[in-house]
Amino acid sequence: MPTDAPMSIAFFVLAAVTLAGAICAMSLRNLVHCGLCLALTFAGLAAIYLQLSAEFVGLAQILVYVGAVAILIVFTILLTKNAEVHISPVSRSWAVGLVVAIIVCASLVVPMMKSPSLQRAPATTAVAPVRLIGEKLMTQYVIPLEAIALVLTAALLGAVVIAMRDEPAQKVGRGVLTTPRPGSGQRIVDSDASPRRAEDNAPYHDADVVTSSLPVEPGSTS
Amino acid sequence: MTPLLYYIIFSALLFSIGLAGALTRRNAILVLIGIELMLNAANLNFIAFWRYSANANELTGVMFVIFSIGIAAAEAAVGLAIVIAIYRHYRTTQLENVNSLKG
Repeated sequence: MPTDAPMSIAFFVLAAVTLAGAICAMSLRNLVHCGLCLALTFAGLAAIYLQLSAEFVGLAQILVYVGAVAILIVFTILLTKNAEVHISPVSRSWAVGLVVAIIVCASLVVPMMKSPSLQRAPATTAVAPVRLIGEKLMTQYVIPLEAIALVLTAALLGAVVIAMRDEPAQKVGRGVLTTPRPGSGQRIVDSDASPRRAEDNAPYHDADVVTSSLPVEPGSTS
Repeated sequence: MTPLLYYIIFSALLFSIGLAGALTRRNAILVLIGIELMLNAANLNFIAFWRYSANANELTGVMFVIFSIGIAAAEAAVGLAIVIAIYRHYRTTQLENVNSLKG
């Protein structure tokens, strides 16, 4: 049919953009770039939902994923101060993970190519009006709606409790971690929160300090 | 219109990219990003099968994806809070340095 070509072109363009965003989000070195590529991937998926005439889900995807989850991930990246990660060389576990992913992809795609039922035509009247979705949420799916309201409330309260600063427990945890550090005698002494907060501006990574046996002078490395 | 097969293959590729990232990257935040990609690939499957089903007015796929998005939002919030707590405790988010439970 002549009206099919633009939809197919739109799908291929959206799929290419989304896959490129996903590959960049999983392979770039800078974590902030990874988070922004993830937002691009979510936006491409929302466009594909809109192309499949699922308007409510597409807009919910933009609101929840692009607006909330991607921004939350970017904020976590900024809060954890590790935007420059040294990429690990090709190691054994890296290759094993890649091979496992390729095997999973092949075992998914090969049966799909052979399945005749995946070649069927779409339904002619597949629309999801918001009014109908709301009616179903209030009648047929009212129990799952209440359940997910409880789950969201509990999860957000739990997230706040987990991420809340807990001073006495934190001192214990840091004391355990900071004592075996060699070569950094200055840092063993102060294990409370505020002096370390000031030291965080020193331009070296804590992981490097733990693994290296050389004495580290603050400000001299990297 | 585009055959259903293309959507499903695209979803499988997206799932594999997320799986590869979650298995190979060493940063906890990137592992969470890979999990989010896999969840989104599953959501795309639900929408595609709903659009191509014979009984599309039942809206089952759309409803499932709405609830799945809610669950994924809760999972992302809790997961990132745990990442922040781990960073505060260990001063790192690299997963090979978080090995206190390793025997």
